[in-house]
Amino acid sequence: MSFLSVSNVSKSFGGAAVVNDVSLEVARGEFFALLGPSGCGKTTLLRMIAGFETPDSGTIAIDSEAMNTVPPHLRPTNMVFQSYAIFPHLNVFDNIAYGLRKLKLSKDQLRARVEAMLATVRLEGLGARAADQLSGGQRQRVALARALVREPKILLLDEPLGALDKRLREAMQVELRAIQRKVGITFLLVTHDQEEALSLSDRVAVMHQGRILQIADPRILYERPNCREVADFIGEMNFFHATVREIAGVSATLNAGLLGLITLPTANLAPGIKADDHILLAIRPEHVRFAASGVAGDIAASTFLGERSHFHVRIAGRSEPVFVSGSAPPIGAVHLDFPPEKLIGLPT
Amino acid sequence: MKSKSLLLYAFAYLAFLYVPVLVLPVFSFNDSQFIAFPLSGFTTRWYGALAGDSAMQHALGNSLKVGIITALLSTMLGLAAARAVTRYRLRGAGVALGFISLPLFIPDIVLGLSLLMLLGAVGLPRSLAAVVLGHLLVCVPFALTVLIARFEGFDKNLEEASADLGEDSWMTFWRITAPLMLPGITASLLLTFITSFDEFLVAFFLSGTEATLPIYIWGQLRFPERLPMVLALGAVILVASVVLVICAEYVRNLGVKNRVVGA
Repeated sequence: MSFLSVSNVSKSFGGAAVVNDVSLEVARGEFFALLGPSGCGKTTLLRMIAGFETPDSGTIAIDSEAMNTVPPHLRPTNMVFQSYAIFPHLNVFDNIAYGLRKLKLSKDQLRARVEAMLATVRLEGLGARAADQLSGGQRQRVALARALVREPKILLLDEPLGALDKRLREAMQVELRAIQRKVGITFLLVTHDQEEALSLSDRVAVMHQGRILQIADPRILYERPNCREVADFIGEMNFFHATVREIAGVSATLNAGLLGLITLPTANLAPGIKADDHILLAIRPEHVRFAASGVAGDIAASTFLGERSHFHVRIAGRSEPVFVSGSAPPIGAVHLDFPPEKLIGLPT
Repeated sequence: MKSKSLLLYAFAYLAFLYVPVLVLPVFSFNDSQFIAFPLSGFTTRWYGALAGDSAMQHALGNSLKVGIITALLSTMLGLAAARAVTRYRLRGAGVALGFISLPLFIPDIVLGLSLLMLLGAVGLPRSLAAVVLGHLLVCVPFALTVLIARFEGFDKNLEEASADLGEDSWMTFWRITAPLMLPGITASLLLTFITSFDEFLVAFFLSGTEATLPIYIWGQLRFPERLPMVLALGAVILVASVVLVICAEYVRNLGVKNRVVGA
């Protein structure tokens, strides 16, 4: 039995399905991300787990306890809000101590617990600071501390780094991961930032239009997306139309139009693809190579990025350019090589 | 040149606003029954008469009672309604708001008259309680307007965060909503109190034998010799209002420190 279990949960607002038959399982201590563009339903799903929204159908269970009828204030979850929702009339100490009232701790116990949490999020000595005198990064830490101090079974994070500038965001990513390892609490992160999801999480669920497309660890998600939307959303990808000619054991032969006849490992095809299917062949820009022979093209645009550069290569018979990431190509006309073992087949 | 004439205009305008009001205290200290220049001498006897006028004090007591009860009730009702329309997706919220605000646009004389007929129809006596009911109609829209503005100014995530941190809706109200709404609640109490305190028409129709202060003052105008005492009463009310407004500003400034930040 998994720790957080979401089964066939649906929710619609005014007739529009926002979350559509979503199921997922999260293990104890896992750092799990819900990734998707804005409006994909990820925040609604998070708010259903927190109890702020009620599923129209389906069940949510935490640690084998059904949560559907449990109000938010009795759930073993705590949330870091996107706006942080720091209580403006309380100082940092009182914000963090807010959720400890019911524990009826002695004054010293309360102080010790809050101070320890301040140290965890590296805000030592700022307990007396007023809420409106905090920087963005500090507000984020207070929100995190206020939720973590209650030792929830699951910490819910709604775009927690979205309001920070790029530098601070990267620093906080490292720290968030370190804090999660230290406290050992299950983290459920909602984000539209694929880099954030990939770099922080043990596993990622990619959501699109209310549905979960794929749940996998970041490497699998990048190397073996199971559909065009996931491939498109995670990093850059080139797509080519192709038809499966034959699947013979461990290798499959495809007619890939511009790329000619290609044989690749059957394992590179998404499950369910059969002979004669029209499919999409996908390849990452860094896997396309400049070579002495291959598909002829010329460079339409290039961006110098130091060690690697990005190139848009136009090839005959194709309207959009091929996106290539690599070191400097030979001058003039180029040839592109598409290593078959790096090509993956996806359903159209 | 242009700025000079604008300045002049500004001063003229302020004079128009405040000189009539200042006439009140000036003549309340004038040792003459007649309200005319030149002033004839300084006296506090009108204030003395005021202190000894039990009918006036009774009317003042009535007005304070009606004002305080109206302010508390309309602010409580306004708080509930304002929270409902700003925090929940309610069907028909707009229509309901419209109907609640409608009495603002009904002339008080129509309101007073129709309430009087209603009282007669159901066989209830005219009384201060009836005045409170009438004033509620007028004051709830004011309370609602002030409180909705304040509710819209604060992040509803704050209340959700409180629930998330283990507090039920009652404790969330006391620990988060009430302190953050305090400036709005204060403003609403003051506004509704003042509105009720100087309301004349509805009270005139509904008060029966118990006069409120405006009705008492209206009655005194029939006796020219009592006019200076009424001026003294006006001056006292003026000073009390100023003190009240200063207190309210003080509370509001406490609130500004807690200005809610959206993100």
